[in-house]
Amino acid sequence: MKLDSWGKYPSVEHRQVLTPGWLPTELPFSDSETYLCYGQGRSYGDSCLNADGSLLRTTDLNRFISFDTETGVLRAESGVTLEEIQKVAVPRGWFIPVSPGTKYVSLGGAIANDVHGKNHHTSGTFGCHVRRMALLRSDQGIVECAPDENEELFCATVAGLGLTGCILWAEIQLKPVKGPYIDLETIAFGSLDEFWEISKASDQDFEYTVSWIDCVSTGDAFGRGIFMRGNHSEQADKGERKPFWKDFLRVPLHFPEWTLNNFSMQAFNTAYFHAGKTRAGKKVVHYDPFFYPLDAISDWNKIYGKRGFLQFQCVVPSENNNAAIKGLLSKVVEAGNASFLAVIKEFGNVASPGMLSFPQQGITICMDFPYRGERSLELFHRLEDHVAEAGGRLYPAKDACMTSDHFKAFYPNSTEFKRHIDPRCSSSFWRRVMGEELI
Amino acid sequence: MKKIVILGATSAIAQSVARNFAADGASLLLVGRDEQRLTAVAGDIVARGASEVQTYVCDLADHGNHEALFQAVPQKLPCFDTILIAYGTLGDQEKSQASFDVFKKEFDTNFLSVVSILEHFARVFEESGAGTLAVISSVAGDRGRKSNYAYGTAKGALSLYLQGLRNRLFSSGVDVITIKPGFVDTPMTAHIEKGPLFASSESVGRNIYQAMKKKRNVAYVPWFWRYIMTIIKLIPECIFKRLSI
Ligand SMILES: Cc1cc2nc3c(=O)[nH]c(=O)nc-3n(C[C@H](O)[C@H](O)[C@H](O)COP(=O)(O)OP(=O)(O)OC[C@H]3O[C@@H](n4cnc5c(N)ncnc54)[C@H](O)[C@@H]3O)c2cc1C
Ligand SMILES: NC(=O)c1ccc[n+]([C@@H]2O[C@H](COP(=O)([O-])OP(=O)(O)OC[C@H]3O[C@@H](n4cnc5c(N)ncnc54)[C@H](OP(=O)(O)O)[C@@H]3O)[C@@H](O)[C@H]2O)c1
Repeated sequence: MKLDSWGKYPSVEHRQVLTPGWLPTELPFSDSETYLCYGQGRSYGDSCLNADGSLLRTTDLNRFISFDTETGVLRAESGVTLEEIQKVAVPRGWFIPVSPGTKYVSLGGAIANDVHGKNHHTSGTFGCHVRRMALLRSDQGIVECAPDENEELFCATVAGLGLTGCILWAEIQLKPVKGPYIDLETIAFGSLDEFWEISKASDQDFEYTVSWIDCVSTGDAFGRGIFMRGNHSEQADKGERKPFWKDFLRVPLHFPEWTLNNFSMQAFNTAYFHAGKTRAGKKVVHYDPFFYPLDAISDWNKIYGKRGFLQFQCVVPSENNNAAIKGLLSKVVEAGNASFLAVIKEFGNVASPGMLSFPQQGITICMDFPYRGERSLELFHRLEDHVAEAGGRLYPAKDACMTSDHFKAFYPNSTEFKRHIDPRCSSSFWRRVMGEELI
Repeated sequence: MKKIVILGATSAIAQSVARNFAADGASLLLVGRDEQRLTAVAGDIVARGASEVQTYVCDLADHGNHEALFQAVPQKLPCFDTILIAYGTLGDQEKSQASFDVFKKEFDTNFLSVVSILEHFARVFEESGAGTLAVISSVAGDRGRKSNYAYGTAKGALSLYLQGLRNRLFSSGVDVITIKPGFVDTPMTAHIEKGPLFASSESVGRNIYQAMKKKRNVAYVPWFWRYIMTIIKLIPECIFKRLSI
C-alpha cells in the first residue's frame, strides 16, 4: 500500500498499513516484517516511510488521557495532533511549549523528530518538554521512560526517528498564556548582515523569532527578507477565532510543473517582500496565522505537481555562519532552481535530551524545491557538501537525499543510538543513511 | 447543559460526537461492553471539557441486560435529556446467508435490542414531556443490496421503526432523530477499500452533533448522501436486481 510523506518524494509501496483503533498491547506484525510508526506524514522525505515493510498509522490513537488544568501537564495518546492540543489547551490558558510550522503533526511525530519552533533560542526543542512516555517494543513489550527513568531509552526516543519502538502515549508540560494572541512586530531587512543585526537584537526580548528570506533575487536585493518577532500578548480572550475563509482554501489538484518556473518564483518573492515591507510594524495577531501560516491552505504541497518536492534544511554553527549562509544562498540563487518558501532563524544553545536531535547553536535555513530529477539531486549534494564543510548538519525530517557518509559525520551519536533501536523497526531513511538492507 | 447517554460509546463515530458535546461542557454517561475502552474514552472526554463523565459496562445486544441498564442510567446521570444509540455490527453477509443464527444475531443487535432500549426511554421522555432520541441507522437501510442485506434489513427496519416512533412522540414534545451515515472510515469498515465517498469519523461526528442540536428529523451524513440515495431509490427494481453496487 502506498502512503506518502509531505514532499511526495520518494514514492514507495508498503507491505501493509495498519491503523489500530486502540492502544495496542502487542505489535500487530509478524516476525518476518519490519515496522515503523506513521503519524500525520508531515515529514518531507523518507523518514516516515518504510518501503516494502509495514507501517503502523497512529491517526486513531488520538485520545487525551489526562489534562491537569492547574499545572498544565497533559498526557495523551501519540496520535493526538498539535491542533487538537491547542484547541483544548488555549481556552484553558495553556499553550504548546514548542510549535513547528504546522499544527497538523502528531505528538509522536513531534517527539520522534524532536521538532523545533520559533522559540528555539528560549525554549529548546519539543523533547525538552516531554516528562514521560510509554513505548511498545518488539523485544521488551511496553516500557516507560522519562528523563530520570530508563534515561538512555528516553534520550534515544527523543529525535529517535521512530526507530526505538512505537510511542504509545506521552506526557508533556504546557506553558501558561493569557490568551490566544501574539504581539507581533514585522521588519523588512535588505541584506543578510541586517538580518544578523536584527536577530541579535531580538534574542533577549522576543520569545519568538523567524524570517522569510528571498532565495531568488540577486544584486542589491540579494539576502533581503522579512523578520517577524513576537511575544504572547497580555490581551486575553475567551476562545479561538478562526478566519472565516479557513475551510474554503484547498489546493484541489496537482499543479502542472510549468506553473512553477523562475519567472513565477521571482514574481512571488518580489511580491512577498513588498507586501511584507508595507505591513511592517507592530500589531496583535491570533496565534494560528502566526505559527501555522501554511495551514490556511490545505494540501498546499500539491502546487509542486505530481513529482513532488524536496526540502532542504540545515544548521550551520555560529562561528561559521556568516560566510557559510552567504555561500549557500549564492549557490541556490545561481542554480536558479529556486524556492519560494525559505525560512531563516537563529537557534539558541538550549540542549535537547535527544541523541540524534538536529538543532545546534547557529543559523538554520530551510527551503523548498520542486523535484526535477537529477538536476535537483545534484544541487542538493552541492549544498550538502557546503554544509558539511561549514561544520553544520541536515535535518532528517526534511531529507530525501543526504548521503550515508554525511549522515554519519553529522550525527556521530548514531553508533551509540543503534543500540537502542527496536530490532523489528526500520525505515527507508535509516536504510538509506546506514546502508542497510531490509530484513 | 446537555446530559447525554451514549449507548455504544466506544464506536469511532460516537467518540467524535462525544468530543463535540464535551467541548460545550456537556455531561455524559458512556455505555459500552469493553471496560478498558470506556475508561480511555472517558479520560479523553473529560480532558476535552465535559462537565461530568460516567461509564457503565453492558453488552447491549443482550435483552437480558436491559433492565439493569434502565435502573443504572438515572442513577448515574440524573435528569438525562438525550439518548444517542451508536452501537452496531456490520456482520459478514455470506455468513448470514449460510446460517440463520448469524442472521438473527445481526438483526437482534442492530434492530431488536435497539427497540427494547428505545421503547423504555420513549416512555420515560413521554412522561416528562421532553427529550431527544438520536439513533444511528445507515444509508444501507434505504435499499436492499446483495452485498449487505442482513445488515441493511436491520437498519431499514430501524429507520422505519423510528418514523413510527417520531410520529407517536411528536405530540409529547420528544424529538426522534434518524441519522443515516454513508461510508465512514472507522474500524467497522477497516476491511473495505477506501474510495472518495468515504468520510472521516471526525467530520461525520461533527455533522451528527449539528443535526442533534438542530433536532433534525432525518439527517444524512455527509449531506450529499441524501441525493445519492434518492437516485438509488429511484432505480426500478427490474434494473436494480441486475446491478452490483
Ligand atoms: C508546513 C510544515 C512546516 C514544518 N515546520 C517545521 C518546523 O518549523 N520545525 C520542525 O522541526 N519541523 C517542521 N516540520 C516537520 C514536521 O514538524 C515533522 O516532520 C514532524 O515530525 C511531523 O510529524 P508527523 O506526525 O507528521 O509524523 P510523520 O511525518 O508521520 O513521522 C515522523 C517521524 O515520527 C515517527 N513517529 C510518528 N509517530 C510515532 C509514534 N507514535 N511512535 C514512534 N515514532 C513515531 C515516524 O516513524 C517518523 O520517523 C514542518 C512540516 C511541514 C509540513
Ligand atoms: N462506518 C460506517 O461506514 C457506517 C455507515 C453507516 C452507519 N454506521 C453505523 O454507525 C454506528 C457506529 O459505527 P462505527 O462506524 O463507529 O464503527 P465502530 O467503531 O466499529 O463501532 C461499533 C461499536 O458498536 C459496539 N458494539 C457492537 N456490538 C455491541 C454490543 N453487543 N454491546 C455493546 N456495544 C456493541 C462496538 O463496541 P466494541 O468497541 O466493544 O467492539 C463498537 O464500539 C453503527 O451503528 C454503524 O452501523 C457506520
